Amino acid sequence: MALKFRGFDLVEFDTLLSEDEQLVRSTARQFVEDNLLPIIEICNREGRFPRELVAPLGELGFFGPTLEGYGCAGMSNVEYGLIMQELERGDSGLRSFCSVQSSLVMYPIYTFGSEEQKTRWLEPMARGTKLGCFGLTEPDAGSNPGAMRTRAASTADGYVLNGEKMWITSGSIADVAVVWAKSDEHGGKVRGFLVETDRPGFRAEDVHGKWSLRASVTSSLSLSDVKIPKENLLPRTEGLKSALMCLNQARYGIAWGVLGAAMACYDTALQYAQFRKQFRDQPIAGHQLVQEKLVWMASEISKAQLLALQVGRLKDQGKAQHFHISLAKRNNVWMALECARMARDILGANGIADEYPVFRHLANLESVKTYEGTHDIHTLILGAAITGIDAF
Amino acid sequence: MKILVCMKQVPQKDAPLKLNESATWVREDVGYEINEPDAYALEAALQLKEKNGGEVVAISAGPARAQTVLREALAKGADRAIHLEDDKFVTLDAFNIARAMAAAIKDEAFDLVLTGLQSDDYGYAQTGVLLAELLGWAHATIIMQVEAKDGGIRVKRELESGYFQHVEMPLPAVLTIQSGIGKLRYATLIGIKQAKNKPLRKVSYDEVAASLRPNQLTIEKLYVPKKTKQTEVIQGTPSEVAKKLVAKLRDELRVI
Ligand SMILES: Cc1cc2nc3c(=O)[nH]c(=O)nc-3n(C[C@H](O)[C@H](O)[C@H](O)COP(=O)(O)OP(=O)(O)OC[C@H]3O[C@@H](n4cnc5c(N)ncnc54)[C@H](O)[C@@H]3O)c2cc1C
Ligand SMILES: Cc1cc2nc3c(=O)[nH]c(=O)nc-3n(C[C@H](O)[C@H](O)[C@H](O)COP(=O)(O)OP(=O)(O)OC[C@H]3O[C@@H](n4cnc5c(N)ncnc54)[C@H](O)[C@@H]3O)c2cc1C
Repeated sequence: MALKFRGFDLVEFDTLLSEDEQLVRSTARQFVEDNLLPIIEICNREGRFPRELVAPLGELGFFGPTLEGYGCAGMSNVEYGLIMQELERGDSGLRSFCSVQSSLVMYPIYTFGSEEQKTRWLEPMARGTKLGCFGLTEPDAGSNPGAMRTRAASTADGYVLNGEKMWITSGSIADVAVVWAKSDEHGGKVRGFLVETDRPGFRAEDVHGKWSLRASVTSSLSLSDVKIPKENLLPRTEGLKSALMCLNQARYGIAWGVLGAAMACYDTALQYAQFRKQFRDQPIAGHQLVQEKLVWMASEISKAQLLALQVGRLKDQGKAQHFHISLAKRNNVWMALECARMARDILGANGIADEYPVFRHLANLESVKTYEGTHDIHTLILGAAITGIDAF
Repeated sequence: MKILVCMKQVPQKDAPLKLNESATWVREDVGYEINEPDAYALEAALQLKEKNGGEVVAISAGPARAQTVLREALAKGADRAIHLEDDKFVTLDAFNIARAMAAAIKDEAFDLVLTGLQSDDYGYAQTGVLLAELLGWAHATIIMQVEAKDGGIRVKRELESGYFQHVEMPLPAVLTIQSGIGKLRYATLIGIKQAKNKPLRKVSYDEVAASLRPNQLTIEKLYVPKKTKQTEVIQGTPSEVAKKLVAKLRDELRVI
């Protein structure tokens, strides 16, 4: 049963947003309501990425929205966050796609790329006519990307790349991959390279049998003697730090995105609890144990909202530190996953069926907890920031 | 074609109704949205401009919060906006809102004014028609399509029971637009950004006060309809029950 989302605002959060920020949010919300929600459960069942939404998302300006020029709108980080929230209120898969396109591909081209690279890629990527993916993780290098094996050997006129990348969002639908590899020419330092996916030796194979993010494409990439010209090196990348800068953009977006998933779960559970009656013809919302769950969710979402907004404001002032973003990603994903579990519980047996969006969000959030730095890795990042002692 | 679109901010349709203390209107602290038919009026205006060129101006009468509606119109592609800004505009009836708007645009030369068919809150369906009368222009209501034709316009009106009427009209004219007649566009991010630099003229209550007259309509009392659910059990043998049921369905409920 489709329950209409009624918004979430317990602490007059909206008074902290400007008119434009609210308009951005309502545009994104309406788009998701009209275009994603009617198809998402089918996409999820079929394991299909709703590719038909790419062009309309591009028209709205949702790819690379914070970048200036090249057909991008130059919006604030808070506005970007609100877009992520609304997309993920629909599905974490579509939000993941947008995160990758914007934060993990357009952002590094914009930040580390040459003028030629920017002119070639950014505008078509903003429109959604070209898609990108980000290849950092490898079968034997996840939380510790420094252990990567992918190599770039320099030749007379360019580089030859060899290696395997794993768990790459949008891998098989991408036109270009940002591939991170250890470069011989740069003393084995990690550098970023743009690899057109139609180059000989490049293969992308989809991961099947996922229980999570089923409406998003996840692939493994194999690069075997892939030749690229010199000008495909992202010239301003400097070691793994550059890859982590991209991840920080995406992690920030996730801290907002999961608020959307949590709100969807909470609002569904609340509405369900108000009409579902058990014992003495009472709505289950009238039982203390159910209220305790609803109150927990509402409190945690309210706190997480304020945290995301504060980090967004810091980011807009150029003051956000990496540990601020870790704090927000870690806390907000955790609370969203807890909300999804509680909502699932409140829905009883209905909670396991895809008539309601809750289990889909729950399963999706398990991925979100792992990617972009696992929950525990963010604990270690925060631990190091607080204590000054590296505990990895 | 120079087009004016009248857009009202109304309490959200889906939100729970909260009445003010005197039970004469809705409390201020509810959620607001664009009056739905007005959104279609804006869409029709933007499409006319795309085909025939010209200018689209959005106008709204209401408190400071009503500016949100105008910002959205600008973000969707309106060229400029006029805001009759005062809390008092909320208390005016359709007759006076039409007078206030006519006064606010007296120095402009519009070819066409589009309004929504009616507002989702008061539901008068009068503002557009009264405005046409005050301006001395032709008007047509419940419009589903508008196109420019031979210096005038051709419109499609919705009649009852699935009938339509096509009318050719001279300009200037006022049309009231039906809801749901097409697909609404979204405000793009670039549009939202550009809207910041588009002109928004504010008109105070005092500037139009001389044109206003006493309200012809007052709301005395507003209340949430009481739920009256009654269950009646019809007693008797099956054939008696069937007879009584048929009689009720035919004579009381008139459904058969
Ligand atoms: C759906 C999906 C999409 C993805 N998309 C992309 C993508 O587009 N691009 C990309 O590059 N990657 C992507 N990833 C990969 C993701 O970033 C990695 O899965 C993540 O970094 C974790 O790595 P791992 O899976 O190898 O787990 P591991 O690193 O093996 O971690 C396993 C467990 O060990 C814990 N652990 C590891 N090290 C420590 C330590 N020092 N102390 C304590 N605990 C530790 C972790 O917290 C975790 O619980 C995606 C993953 C998923 C699931
Ligand atoms: C896969 C599956 C297979 C099943 N197989 C069978 C089967 O073979 N035969 C069969 O008979 N049933 C079966 N069931 C039904 C199962 O036993 C019920 O789902 C279960 O009893 C819960 O009932 P409900 O789903 O109606 O949830 P509800 O009773 O509506 O409960 C919803 C939520 O309200 C809470 N709640 C309810 N009352 C109170 C209260 N007084 N105070 C505090 N909290 C309260 C619950 O804890 C829960 O969180 C199956 C269910 C599933 C999911």
